[in-house]
Amino acid sequence: MNEAGFLQILIYLSVLLLLSKPLGVYMARVYQDESIVANTWFAGLERGLYRLCGIQDKQDMRWQQYAAALLIFNLLGLLVVYTLQTCQDLLPLNPQALPALASDSALNTAISFATNTNWQGYAGEASMSYLTQMLGLTVQNFLSAASGMAVLVALIRGFSRRNTNSIGNFWVDMTRSTLYILLPLSLLLAVALVGQGVVQTFDRYATVKLPEPLTYATPAVDAAGHTVLDAQGQPLTQTQQSQEQTLALALGPAASQIAIKQLGTNGGGFFNANSAHPYENPTPLSNFLEMLAILLIPAALCHTFGFLVGDSRQGWTLLAAMTLVFVALVFVTVPAEQQGNPALTSLGVDQAASNQQPGGNMEGKEARFGIVNSALWAVATTAASNGSVNAMHDSFTPIGGMIPMWLIQLGEVIFGGVGSGLYGMIVFALVAVFIAGLMIGRTPEYLGKKIEAFEMQMAAVIILIPPLLVLGGTALAVMTEAGKAGILNPGAHGFSEVLYALSSAGNNNGSAFAGLSANVPFYNYLLGLAMLVSRYGLMLPVLAIAGSLAAKKHIPVGPGTLPTHTPLFAVLLIITVLMVGALTFVPALALGPIVEQLQMLAHS
Amino acid sequence: MTSYFRPAATLLLLMTIITGGFYPALVTLLAQTVYPAQANGSLIRDKQGQTIGSALIGQGFSQARYFWGRPSATAPSPYNAAASGGSNLGPTNPALRDAVTQRIQALQQLDSGNHAPVPVDLVTASASGLDPHISIAAALYQIKRVAKARKLEESAVRDLIESHIEPRQWRVFGEPRVNVLALNLALDAYAQTTQP
Repeated sequence: MNEAGFLQILIYLSVLLLLSKPLGVYMARVYQDESIVANTWFAGLERGLYRLCGIQDKQDMRWQQYAAALLIFNLLGLLVVYTLQTCQDLLPLNPQALPALASDSALNTAISFATNTNWQGYAGEASMSYLTQMLGLTVQNFLSAASGMAVLVALIRGFSRRNTNSIGNFWVDMTRSTLYILLPLSLLLAVALVGQGVVQTFDRYATVKLPEPLTYATPAVDAAGHTVLDAQGQPLTQTQQSQEQTLALALGPAASQIAIKQLGTNGGGFFNANSAHPYENPTPLSNFLEMLAILLIPAALCHTFGFLVGDSRQGWTLLAAMTLVFVALVFVTVPAEQQGNPALTSLGVDQAASNQQPGGNMEGKEARFGIVNSALWAVATTAASNGSVNAMHDSFTPIGGMIPMWLIQLGEVIFGGVGSGLYGMIVFALVAVFIAGLMIGRTPEYLGKKIEAFEMQMAAVIILIPPLLVLGGTALAVMTEAGKAGILNPGAHGFSEVLYALSSAGNNNGSAFAGLSANVPFYNYLLGLAMLVSRYGLMLPVLAIAGSLAAKKHIPVGPGTLPTHTPLFAVLLIITVLMVGALTFVPALALGPIVEQLQMLAHS
Repeated sequence: MTSYFRPAATLLLLMTIITGGFYPALVTLLAQTVYPAQANGSLIRDKQGQTIGSALIGQGFSQARYFWGRPSATAPSPYNAAASGGSNLGPTNPALRDAVTQRIQALQQLDSGNHAPVPVDLVTASASGLDPHISIAAALYQIKRVAKARKLEESAVRDLIESHIEPRQWRVFGEPRVNVLALNLALDAYAQTTQP
């Protein structure tokens, strides 16, 4: 890696860590009972909302009530997104007259956006009307993120409260997350992105006049519609000439959606190519801002946690553990991509980095981002449960593509999704405390709360569900014709495509090895189910832990207490996360990217 | 549990109005007021006011007299700005090797005698299929072909490239690059001034 690349990574991490502290403290104060916004004019809007909805905002909920409110709210949101998609041809703001979506695709997308996954089986500019993008997808970008943050805040209350059966009010936590955190940040980012060239308009797609008619090759088909093969069995191609000398440029209200897609770790692109599309991510600066937005709230929430449990060192410890794993994996991925593809070197392709070119594996990457910004983004978007891409992960080198996949498989706890990443990491902290407790023969405790059988049972459920979905789903897909039909690339890489898809859905990430043709009923239903189970199958036990902890009394620090704000604990936590991730997924990874890496080296 | 339906439904409706209606409308209003050119797609118009492209969206060039951009994997035709996407070919897929071989042949066919290694970005498909840029190396590689096809001095073409290099943003971010459409438009304009 050259100096310029190193410098960009350094600046990225520095700005991220610098901004995380003030934002984290601000968020903590938003969630406190006497919120800092209570006396501003904005709070009038908040109170008005509660009055219109008949919400008793001072009334706290037990964990079961909190979970019920969350589930109903998310279910209704899901139904709205589904309905908008299946009726968009009848609704306004559809300047391209796009047809309604098929029910399996619409259901998959509705689940995907309600669960903060943002897996996309569809191609944005070719499928979704402006109305669906705004009222359906943008809204769920906000609300699914706010739901994750609400569950995190409820879990934190489990530690900070004592001898009570209430963990807060879901409506209040959700509303405040949206109004005071996500909306203002999105507004700032959206306008900044437009300044860089991201489009924001309700006009129909622009028409461009070309100097000459388009000519292109398409597979030749006979009268029966079958592809014609030549003597070698290769498909014949014929040259097509388009009658018109015009080209449509897809536009739309993109900036407003892209801002929240990054800040809310959603990741669903306005256009098919996601943040590789020049209208979604036009410049290196827009790339920096979007990449910053991916990890900003997840990093800041660590400080929110520290502030709310009354010990900022606890937040720093979790943040340090996340950052260490992140940095280590960045420095695996960037060199893997910079190395390039040995198969191309022998053809006479120059892949060496110089002042005049980024070099490296440029298939599926954009010239303005080069290797470093593509690889750094890939690690950030999969560390967080974001899933937006600025390069095509399917075309990464085997090792370069394995790291993002493994980060997803670690359970999205290295920063992770807004809210969901940190509550996942706190569950791993409980496991780490428990393991340490077994080793030193004391009752495990974390932040003054005794960790007992119930919490560990719930933690086990939380840790076991995603691997079950990922490995079980992958096995199912590669054993069935319907599952194998979607694979694009031959050999080990084809297996990686399926494993990546299930990893992504089973951990609510949303990125893809996009060669897989996943917009078919088999994958729409399988991945839809995985997204649902992994989102709510984890949220409910987390809330149960929150309820159980809140009811416990606070025990003071004693000589047998394991301090959880030390570098030692950060290391213990990292080992716990990596051990679970490695033991569970190394066999599957060996069949995909690891085999492919060996094949690639052997054939070069 | 049923008592949660009313607050859930009402709050969802109000949040939809705020985040799905008010917020995008406000961003559009600000965008169209402060940055109208960018918000509408950074479009480029010719002297007659006809839209001929966007500063941010690449276009396909296949004639010897123009600089070529990144290969594009969009369907059905390359650089289809209404259906963005990459090839998604994996690194060990024989189809990738074949595609790159064909692209190298196409370049060398129109540029006999140029046996320099081909810059990787000139023969690999971009992620969006709409990449407006190529690396400086990829532009320099094409000087000889373009100069010959247009009967221009190589040094003049090189000067044109150098005046179109976009450096790293704020000297730090991204990669130095050349906008292919802008370079080709400048090339046409230059050719007109030198050949009355």
